[in-house]
Amino acid sequence: MATFRDILIATKGRIREVDTAEGEALRKEGAVFLDVREPDEFEQGTIPGSIHIPRGHLEANAEARLPRRDTPIVVYCAGGVRSAFAADTLQDLSYTGVVSMDGGFNRWKDEGRPWSVPRSLTPEQRNRYHRHILLPEVGEEGQMRLLDSKVLCLGAGGLGSPAALYLAAAGVGTLGVVDMDVVDASNLQRQILHNLERVGERKVDSAKKTITALNPDVNVVCHDVRLGADNILSIIDGYDVIVDGADNFPVRYMLNDASVKLGIPVVHGSIFRFEGMVTVFDPKEGPTYRDLVPEPPPSELAPSCAEAGVLGVLPGVVGSLQALEALKIVLGYGDVLRGRLLTFDAGDMSFREYRVRPDPSNRITWENRDRIQIVELEGLCGPAVLSG
Amino acid sequence: MATKVRIPTTLRPLTSGESTVSADGSTVKEVIERLDASFPGMAAQLLDSDGSLRRFVNVFLSDEDVRFMDGLQTPVPDGSTIAIVPAVAGGN
Repeated sequence: MATFRDILIATKGRIREVDTAEGEALRKEGAVFLDVREPDEFEQGTIPGSIHIPRGHLEANAEARLPRRDTPIVVYCAGGVRSAFAADTLQDLSYTGVVSMDGGFNRWKDEGRPWSVPRSLTPEQRNRYHRHILLPEVGEEGQMRLLDSKVLCLGAGGLGSPAALYLAAAGVGTLGVVDMDVVDASNLQRQILHNLERVGERKVDSAKKTITALNPDVNVVCHDVRLGADNILSIIDGYDVIVDGADNFPVRYMLNDASVKLGIPVVHGSIFRFEGMVTVFDPKEGPTYRDLVPEPPPSELAPSCAEAGVLGVLPGVVGSLQALEALKIVLGYGDVLRGRLLTFDAGDMSFREYRVRPDPSNRITWENRDRIQIVELEGLCGPAVLSG
Repeated sequence: MATKVRIPTTLRPLTSGESTVSADGSTVKEVIERLDASFPGMAAQLLDSDGSLRRFVNVFLSDEDVRFMDGLQTPVPDGSTIAIVPAVAGGN
């Protein structure tokens, strides 16, 4: 008859154990720390950066949370028993670099090694964001990253409405909204942040009411100003991502120059009648607006939506795609539209994709950021200004 | 075989609303000249007074911007698709 002791000895014979000192050394080398304790133990304190999979969920969740079989993994529990069994299980699942840390979290903590109480979602948040938490690529950690993130919506109009609504619903913690207009009844054909009762109200206030009613977790920061060279840097500074839903070329060029100077990624969206386009300008890693459009068209060739019309729902498609890209940037998930221009034609319901490349003649670049001067651009938006 | 040219909304008044038209030509420049012959006024929309491609219009051969190839002299293989994508700024 096999006893617990027999099974433990046999298991320990199949795995490698390390002490806490070696565990800490492996941590500094970048090994993944895997906490297999129960949620109530984890919540009282864990080793920072650990992945938490309670031992009971290990077989089911390991492949999604630890996609590479050769990842160096240090498994720990409270004392070293459960982690020994867990390490054995991971070896059965073909993980090749697994060790169990003898002494576990308790010895680690007693020895004064680094630990912290993990942040966690409230029960209400766990329920609200449950569909996110189910995705291994998001999980509680990703949700907390979203709650910590700051996204600026430039415009609370056609594109800004769906973008802000979806970003708020997804739990982006801080949403800035820049708009100096008031709600007009003619906006309501497409600008779904607003409603008939808000006609005449400042768009930023209307946006804040709608967003707060949808998700009180979101801190809405209202910028009821005309963007200018004097204020754009201070407004956009500190945001992680900007969703560009501006409605004219001068603001788009000024935003480009300011975002390049500060290195903030911009999710560009623009619409015209039945067509739209989306791309991501990431100054540190890819082409930006001036690479795609070195010069703006003269105003007679660039009618605005107010002059040319726009089909309802179209801004919903484009603005939602922008929100999706902003979410992916915050989560670090997937391939965003960096260097790729996605166009949408509602007429034949087709999406197409084109390459966007850095233009060697464009001097408004991240490398030149210290010399970029932000200037008000009227009518024509070039040439770009560099100092020195 | 003719080249397919995708016409953006802004230029469809010139093509009687057609979103895709055909034009022959062995270079981008020739395709634009043929387009202009069929749809007068097209070249003026795409080219500056000095005959170079306007800087706010992107012309893509397949998925590559001809600005990063040989510009107007870029050879156009038989059966290619060219897309004209002008910058638009609407967001409202």
